Amino acid sequence: MKSDPGFYDYWPYENRPKIRWPDGKKMAFWVAPNIEFYELNPPANPSRKAWPQPYPATQGYSIRDYGNRVGHKRQMDLLEKYGIRGSISLSTALCDHHPEIIQMCKERDWEFFSHGIYNTRYTYGMSEQQERDMIKDSMESIYQHTGQKCAGYLAPALSHSELTLDLFAEVGTELFGSEGGIYTCDLFHDDQPTPIHTRSNKPFVSIPYSLEMNDTIAFVVNKIEPRRYGQMLKNNFDRLYAEGEESGTIMCIPTHNYQVSCPHRMKAYEEALDYITSHDDVWITTGKEIADYYLEHYYEQAKTDIAQKNAAALQTALNKGAK
Amino acid sequence: MALDKSYLQYAHRSYGMDHERYDWSMLSNRPAITWPGGKKLALWVNVPLQFFPLDQKGEPFKIQGGMTMPYPDLRHFSLRDYGNRVGIFRFLKAFDKYGVTPTFAMNTELAKRTPYLLDTIKERGNEVMCHGMHMDALHYGGQDKQVEAQLVKDSLTQLRELTEQDVTGWLSPGRNESENTPELLAANGIKYFCDWVNDDMPYTFNTQQGNLWAMPLSNELDDTFIMLNNLHSEESYAEQIIDACDYLLKEANEQGGRILSLNIHPWMLGQPHRISALERVLEYVMDQDVYSACASDILNAYTSQIKT
Repeated sequence: MKSDPGFYDYWPYENRPKIRWPDGKKMAFWVAPNIEFYELNPPANPSRKAWPQPYPATQGYSIRDYGNRVGHKRQMDLLEKYGIRGSISLSTALCDHHPEIIQMCKERDWEFFSHGIYNTRYTYGMSEQQERDMIKDSMESIYQHTGQKCAGYLAPALSHSELTLDLFAEVGTELFGSEGGIYTCDLFHDDQPTPIHTRSNKPFVSIPYSLEMNDTIAFVVNKIEPRRYGQMLKNNFDRLYAEGEESGTIMCIPTHNYQVSCPHRMKAYEEALDYITSHDDVWITTGKEIADYYLEHYYEQAKTDIAQKNAAALQTALNKGAK
Repeated sequence: MALDKSYLQYAHRSYGMDHERYDWSMLSNRPAITWPGGKKLALWVNVPLQFFPLDQKGEPFKIQGGMTMPYPDLRHFSLRDYGNRVGIFRFLKAFDKYGVTPTFAMNTELAKRTPYLLDTIKERGNEVMCHGMHMDALHYGGQDKQVEAQLVKDSLTQLRELTEQDVTGWLSPGRNESENTPELLAANGIKYFCDWVNDDMPYTFNTQQGNLWAMPLSNELDDTFIMLNNLHSEESYAEQIIDACDYLLKEANEQGGRILSLNIHPWMLGQPHRISALERVLEYVMDQDVYSACASDILNAYTSQIKT
């Protein structure tokens, strides 16, 4: 085990090279609905139980199924109303189980990225080859069912190994060259994109996905009231929008159709989307579009800036040591 | 390091669900229905009437709302009992004031212990569904099938005798089931059950003993989920129900009839400082021209309009 995963260098939020999104917009906004499939009776993982109760875990399983049966259409209609294309964090077995949902999203030109095969199959304990196979299977499923070259990854149930990002980047290159496997949503260290070190040294970025704005974290872990969640979204937006004046920011709302699409939560969520999209200087986009744009326009600049700042900091430290 | 190869095999990765219990179906694709009187929204107020034994065994787990302290946990025993002595009568007044038809999900053990309360409900003529034997008689995965079969049979037979009702509905204690529970319910004359929370409308649930209807009793809107589990305020509870009511009514107008299901516990919302939140909710919802009915009537109104 390591004390630091080593994916990125320290890079202070102030005085970074200025980002401007397409058309000079100062903020990029994306919504990432997690469309997940949980199994009623998954095989056991040595590190993490899928359900607290012995089979059948009626409650946990069925509320998640609610997301697909009831919630998906609600959120999809809502996003459409506000001109937002979802960036789907997809349990790719859902292509087989619920192709109707895939079709609806495909028709709306939504992005699909990999969230593993099932949200009840954890990465913990997998060999490198097994994790590579799982990731490859998920990316191939997306391509086969949607024609999209999977660009992004969010590990299933946020279960990682030390190699997760390396493997995703490598499989992406193997399957789709420079178009596949270019960004991760697994890291929460920044409000702007960050170059990420991988074994293959390919251009690869972390795109802010926000655990704090994630509806499941808000509602299930932090037990936030629905209207307060709506207010938090607005506050999050206000600050990032204002800071975008200095250098382009990103706001992401990660959602789950079994959480935010429940009847008592939709109103506050809609109010927040209405508020956010009523601002002019917002690029309403997808995870992949942000990653593509950043890699093309700012990635090299960022790497240079990070290297210079770290070299300068190191020099300062050495000078102090010399005195 | 590696996992067993079965961890990367996906036996159920094919169209529909990963089990045979019900068909995959998106709510928005189903035919529109209308409630009696041309109403768009049905209000199902479901009141669990529960007995939490002081000598709780907690097998295989301690139920939420049950005893948590070393024996004898008088605080929780008596606070739950409060609901059946005091809180329920506040509920009944509120139901009558706002013209709400409740459904009672009763532990059979409570029906035996509180004849006054049982008679009160019988005189009112409200539907009683079975809520299992008591709150420490759980149905769970790995339970001996014969033991559970006896438990289901006893719970239903005794409750039917006591209530003099058919008792065709079921809510498991803790909403927990074994893999055999649906079959046992169907074999014992149950028509609908309320444990699964994957829909906002009734749907057909397959069992080897004939089909059941799964009735959509929201756990997200349950008073104990909001105030005990999530620790939200009484005011927030009322806001959440009102927001849900508005949303479901809007969806009902666009897609066809919907159900607002409120599972409310007299030991929770029946407290003096919480009852006004319930009253505020009932006043608001009943002002929306809803169809307030018991679970069986809502189900019958639904099944009479759809092909099965």
